Amino acid sequence: MARLNAMLKTTAVRLSLLYLLLFVVSATVLLFYVSAQSEKALRGQTERAIERDVRTINNTYRRSGVNGLVRQIERRSRQPGSSLYIIASPNGEIFAGNVSEIQPGIFDQDGDIDEPFKYKRFGDFDAEYTALAHVMQLPNGFKLLVGRDLAEPDRFNSLIERALMTALAIMGIGALAIWFFVGRSALKRIDRMSVASEKIMAGDLSQRLPVMGSGDEFDRMSTSLNTMLGRIEQLNEGLRQVSDNIAHDLKTPLTRLRNRAEATLASKATAKDYRAALEDMISESDQLIRIFSALLMISRVEAGSAAAKLSDLDLSAVALDAAELYEPVAEDVDVKLITDIDENITINGNRELIGQTLSNLIDNAIKYASDENNPRDDASIWVRLKEQDKMIVLSVSDNGPGIPDDKFDEVTKRFVRLDKSRNKPGTGLGLSLVDAVIRMHSGKLELSATNATQKEFPGLTVDLKFPVKT
Amino acid sequence: MKILIIEDDLETAAYLTKAFREAGLTVDHASDGDSGYFLATENSYDVMVVDRMLPKRDGLSIISSLRDQGNETPVLILSALGQVDDRVTGLRAGGDDYLTKPYAFSELLARVEILGRRKGTRDTETVYRVGDLELDRLSHEVRRGGQVINLQPREYSLLEYLMNNAGQVVTRTMLLENVWDYHFDPQTNVIDVHISRLRSKIEKGFEGSLLHTIRGAGYILKASE
Repeated sequence: MARLNAMLKTTAVRLSLLYLLLFVVSATVLLFYVSAQSEKALRGQTERAIERDVRTINNTYRRSGVNGLVRQIERRSRQPGSSLYIIASPNGEIFAGNVSEIQPGIFDQDGDIDEPFKYKRFGDFDAEYTALAHVMQLPNGFKLLVGRDLAEPDRFNSLIERALMTALAIMGIGALAIWFFVGRSALKRIDRMSVASEKIMAGDLSQRLPVMGSGDEFDRMSTSLNTMLGRIEQLNEGLRQVSDNIAHDLKTPLTRLRNRAEATLASKATAKDYRAALEDMISESDQLIRIFSALLMISRVEAGSAAAKLSDLDLSAVALDAAELYEPVAEDVDVKLITDIDENITINGNRELIGQTLSNLIDNAIKYASDENNPRDDASIWVRLKEQDKMIVLSVSDNGPGIPDDKFDEVTKRFVRLDKSRNKPGTGLGLSLVDAVIRMHSGKLELSATNATQKEFPGLTVDLKFPVKT
Repeated sequence: MKILIIEDDLETAAYLTKAFREAGLTVDHASDGDSGYFLATENSYDVMVVDRMLPKRDGLSIISSLRDQGNETPVLILSALGQVDDRVTGLRAGGDDYLTKPYAFSELLARVEILGRRKGTRDTETVYRVGDLELDRLSHEVRRGGQVINLQPREYSLLEYLMNNAGQVVTRTMLLENVWDYHFDPQTNVIDVHISRLRSKIEKGFEGSLLHTIRGAGYILKASE
């Protein structure tokens, strides 16, 4: 029962039933129309035959009078066939002819009798026949009836009806069968699609909807859904990687934090040791908070929540401020900070985000240009701001060890740090944040080597390209 | 100094109350928006610390209502939301300072103390004096013991802020916010470097240190006893 119910719910069955109903209605109309037409045609034929008879008999009557007429009627009555002939007395008694009994009232009419009437024949009193006829009034009050039996055309008519009905029934059954199979195959494909999507919903994003290769609507739908699934899988993969990284990058400092607390508790520490341990733990927590804030910030920038807060921004001033803020820091580690900043360059931007981005980059540049263990005389970083090729380019360069060409794409990913030992302080989120901020400003982040010919210290140049304000 | 803390997390509130009391402040606490608003209108406080998200009535609406009634008590907003826009809306609602969770208590204390002293602000003084250090706000001249000290514009702003809040602990983020107008954590010790430059300019060759580092908190400018 449930199965039947489910079956009735399927589109294929519903459509089939609807088609069947439409078919029955139109077939019925067709049947009625054809049988009415054929009946009309046959009736016309009968009427014309009667007319011919009437004309002949009329001629005879005119030529040979009543006697000739009666003779002819008697002669004709003896011939086999479907014709009816009656001569009746004025009071309706049958006088001559081949009919034994007739529906009363027929002789009261004159001319063509349009409605079929009933009569009985000699020698066959039980059977009732129907006929059409023409009634003529003879001058002496006698009446002449010339008619044709309708059995023949009726049989023919019902033959046509039956043939038509059979043909329609065969067509109906055939169509129903075809609909059923077509519907079922469509249904099966939809079933296969739902099976595949259920697997996908269950978490197997590598599943794809079946494509038969016929290029039909189902294939087109499956193909575009598959493309969408591919994109989702890709995003999901990215997300999974990020959460793996988050797990790793947060677990490490959390573990260190816990170990530090545990070790301090276990040891026979003095108050001074406790204080030192607690201070360490606070700075470890600060690092964790920093990672969280950076992640939060990236996701909020990427969600575009700050996008509405873009306004006219004097990028020259922002660049100068940032350079000035970091100048003493660079000097402290013997790195020259060289600025080449064009004045009065404005963009549509957010001061806080651009400021933070630039601080990030300058901070990184100083970090990589300097090397405590291996100080160099010419360690330098550059902060430049120019308008070129209809783009505003803000760039931060260093002449540190740089990064390999093939890693340029990778470093903007979250938590990617090329320094696998992670000796230098940092969250691994700096460039991801920069990337997110630049994209929010409809700009582009481009990485290149500062001086590619230099083998040992090619350096890294980060270009932030903003569209010129319109 | 008497302060009101409106904070719904009871553990945080208990910790803050205890820590502020240890720092010598008088503390009232309300744990939801309605009772916080009631206390704020009934009593007079020097500073209010208001959590942004509160049950019954949110922090910003309390502040706007108080400001509408002409209550000018300095308010510090505590919030888990830390984006640029959040801070701007917070300050626009009438807040005087904005601190994002999680924060160091030393940071909160320094900010509350500065807000509390704001009533006796030195903004009207044209010359700031700390010990034998003088800063003339009209001529932008800095002298120590009568000897002129040349400062870069930013060093001057830094010193001006420190002298305006002389005797108070100022944190690195406060300096970054007030002197550089940066509202983010630049990670490296940029401020320390600027402070040490300033310190060498105002202390090198003079008797007695003025600019002291408070470990785990920030800096304080004061004449040594």
